[in-house]
Amino acid sequence: MSAKANILAKLRNSLAGTQPIADDYDVALVTEPWRYPAGERISRLRQLMEAVHTETHLTTTTDWPALVERLLAVRQLPSLLIAPGTPHGAQLAAHFAGRPGLPVLKAYDRPVEEWKAELFDDTPASLTGTLGAIAATGSLILWPDRHEPRLMSLVPPVHFALLKASQIRDNLYEVMQEQRWAAGMPTNALLVSGPSKTADIEQVLAYGAHGPKDLIVLILEDA
Amino acid sequence: MSQRIPAVEIPSRELKHNAHDALQDRQLRGNMRKAMDSLMAKRLASMPDDFEREHLREMGNHVRARALSQLPDLLERLETNLTRNGVKVHWAETVDEANAIVLSIIRAHEARQVIKGKSMVSEEMDMNHVLEAEGIEALESDMGEYIIQLDHEKPTHIIMPAIHKNAKQVASLFHDKLGEAYTEDVDQLIQTGRRVLRQKFFEADIGVSGVNFAVAETGTLLLVENEGNGRMSTTVPPVHIAVTGIEKVVENLRDVVPLLSLLTRSALGQGITTYVNMISGPRKSDELDGPREVHLVLLDNGRSQAFADGELRQTLNCIRCGACMNHCPVYTRIGGQAYGTVYPGPIGKIISPHLMGLENTPDHPSASSLCGACGEVCPVKIPIPALLRRLREENVKSPDDPHKVMRGQGSKYSASERLLWKGWRLLNTSPLAYRAFGLLATRLRGLTPNQLGPWTQHHSAPKPAARSLHELAREHLEGK
Repeated sequence: MSAKANILAKLRNSLAGTQPIADDYDVALVTEPWRYPAGERISRLRQLMEAVHTETHLTTTTDWPALVERLLAVRQLPSLLIAPGTPHGAQLAAHFAGRPGLPVLKAYDRPVEEWKAELFDDTPASLTGTLGAIAATGSLILWPDRHEPRLMSLVPPVHFALLKASQIRDNLYEVMQEQRWAAGMPTNALLVSGPSKTADIEQVLAYGAHGPKDLIVLILEDA
Repeated sequence: MSQRIPAVEIPSRELKHNAHDALQDRQLRGNMRKAMDSLMAKRLASMPDDFEREHLREMGNHVRARALSQLPDLLERLETNLTRNGVKVHWAETVDEANAIVLSIIRAHEARQVIKGKSMVSEEMDMNHVLEAEGIEALESDMGEYIIQLDHEKPTHIIMPAIHKNAKQVASLFHDKLGEAYTEDVDQLIQTGRRVLRQKFFEADIGVSGVNFAVAETGTLLLVENEGNGRMSTTVPPVHIAVTGIEKVVENLRDVVPLLSLLTRSALGQGITTYVNMISGPRKSDELDGPREVHLVLLDNGRSQAFADGELRQTLNCIRCGACMNHCPVYTRIGGQAYGTVYPGPIGKIISPHLMGLENTPDHPSASSLCGACGEVCPVKIPIPALLRRLREENVKSPDDPHKVMRGQGSKYSASERLLWKGWRLLNTSPLAYRAFGLLATRLRGLTPNQLGPWTQHHSAPKPAARSLHELAREHLEGK
């Protein structure tokens, strides 16, 4: 018999004559304590994310490219990795187009194997969109895809994330239901709640463990 | 990193001896006390509402119990959905089988370098040493795991593996092993780890990780972490191998909502970890990154033995938060390494006998004051004190007992002790014998021995009073 058959036979034998326990999932318990008035969602999200060293900015659908330009200048970042196949990637590219002297916009447009060394060693910052955010825990929702691959939000030391204010929800349960996650998960889905951190040495909190050292969230108030 | 010095083996059978040594280590005790006090305070601060906390623990218990009540079906459903998503699922009854599976995947890719996210199941498998013996570098990438691997140690805590070391000790270690300038600045130490390991993520042929929850409904492997090393290990190398115990499956995606909240708050007092990484498949043909192959190894290793008994099955509710350790007066004083088991502390004392047999963990069920703190904080309400008492019973079962529950049962059985207790029962159930014994014990109190085995190592020997309370009360009532 195979290991699988042996394991399943043992487990089934142990359950002989029993019924599965009924599903008494208490939706109220995972939603009611985590509800916020519409006007407070943004402030709660910012408060929680800033408490773990995230930088947040309020901006608009038209102003954010200029804000990114300023933030890149302040940090003296020479280049920014973008996803040209997304609407926000295209918008930023249009803002930067034909203006020499600005940081270089790099496109993640080929398999990682073809430029892995450059991604690791010479890509100081990236910009991605988000699917929304969760006010209860201060979390961004990211579903990387073909246009905006997984490593964009992980390898560059500075990560800019765009968040539409209208897509901030109260809690994880609500997000899963509304976006129908159970009906089809992407290859990789992420909740990101700040820059990478660790407290593994004497419980002293240090940021920039293996992922981004800086997370900068741009909240589009009119979107 | 080419040294092949095996980690210092601390034998689980020597728990008493190990504990004795650990208690003399003032540095260890100071480091542990400080860390556990902080973790307890953080947990409570993140769960201030009694109603919410207690009801959520109840819900966590129900979610886990529901999953276990249909475990074989859920495992098959998990395999079906993962397979549909393109993940290859493997089954292993023993750690040797699991290591053989991992090795065969590594060989198929002619891989030389493996980078590991944090995985306690890989510790059960002793994977690092198995791979090193085959000439394959297996490097831990969790900062705490990396530190103890550099020092050839085993994790002292399931969430914070290097919690027994302070910054000075890590500073010396990095100075000695990595040739770094000595610094006690934690930020600089972490940046050193980041620099070294980033290169390893870049080079690695294979990434290995554990799994926090495996969702049957969607075929999703969920991993929580703060550092990003888990995401690196599961995203950068071309092959990802996840290893996990067969009990980690949950029925539905929504089931992770209460468990996730319980896990991160119980473990670290965080409402959520920096990253919640949900992996449902390898890179699709049009995607630009992510592993091209994802494997899941499902390991039994004694879990089906715990599963077979309705009471002991509750051991498998565990979501590995470590709260029971943080609140345990024994663990806090002796640290995790003294146990000589992969899982230390209260949960270790109830799971290790299934993984290793009671014959290899004979003192673990007894290494508890039964204060009950572990059971009170457990986010999935495992009745740890009750299970410790149950294991103590299994531990002294007669070899003739036809009811076989677990490997190594009856390891501490002693015919003379059994006889002694039979006599004690007789004394206490027969009024005549009881009175005679009372009379003898009080009148011949001068003859009680001064040496009473382990008891008198740390206590003065008990001496019966000259008159029993019973006697005194009778005299008082008779007005004498």
